[in-house]
Amino acid sequence: MSMNNPKQRLLLSGNPRGGSSSCIKSRFTRGFLRALIKMKKQNYNQPTSSSSSSSSRREAFRRYRRVKIAADKSMAVAAGSKRLWSRAMLSRIRHHQQQTWRYHRSTFNHQPIKVKRLVVEKKKKKKKKKKKKEEERTGDHHHHRPRGLRDAGELRKLVPGGEGMDICSLLDETAHYIKCLVTQVQVMKSIDQFYSIN
Amino acid sequence: MSSSGSKITEDEINHLISKLQELLPQLNRTRNGEVSASKVLKETCSYIKRLHSEVDGLSERLSQLLNSMDITSVDDILKL
Repeated sequence: MSMNNPKQRLLLSGNPRGGSSSCIKSRFTRGFLRALIKMKKQNYNQPTSSSSSSSSRREAFRRYRRVKIAADKSMAVAAGSKRLWSRAMLSRIRHHQQQTWRYHRSTFNHQPIKVKRLVVEKKKKKKKKKKKKEEERTGDHHHHRPRGLRDAGELRKLVPGGEGMDICSLLDETAHYIKCLVTQVQVMKSIDQFYSIN
Repeated sequence: MSSSGSKITEDEINHLISKLQELLPQLNRTRNGEVSASKVLKETCSYIKRLHSEVDGLSERLSQLLNSMDITSVDDILKL
């Protein structure tokens, strides 16, 4: 793979601090660009003749959603399966995509989807109960925690998969998640700048 | 035994929190000793929310750009 392409160098330039972060950056960039190109080709094959403003707004929203999902997916893939948050994010995306696919297949009959949602919620409740019991068993050291860690509940909601982690893993995963989010923003900004200039 | 076990995890937690603090741009690094764990966590939450909203805005811009772009310029990047 030659690095002679100036556009490529432009996109992948940044501060190469650690080998791992620059690898994630290049992996994310490649995966995300491939997803964008695929999306572009799909749009090309199906020209949307949007006459009314509401349908074009819906189309614009759908396109935005697809780009965002592609960004999150390629970031989680670039981060690797060794990280809890990336695994949680990927399973969430895939589950959501499966649900929407099933919805499009059975567009006339809405009832099966409600049943599926109930089943999913029941599974979630079971998982929460199990984890609460585990925490209670090892919960003696909860009293020795520093005061600030009550706020961890909000952090758990923000970090994918954070609900089921113990506090040490949560803090560790949060640090990695923040690094990857910063990388994601950097790459997306440079892609945006690159294509708005040309 | 339980107290010594919790002491070890408390040091771990403090270490992890200081690592997080290094990532946050808002907290002034010269005041390392004064920042409490709860403040670090609150700053972390607001920082993550800010990054999420930045990603949302960039995704929207990119989707609009993608729509108006011609495909020939995109194929250059395919050679990665």
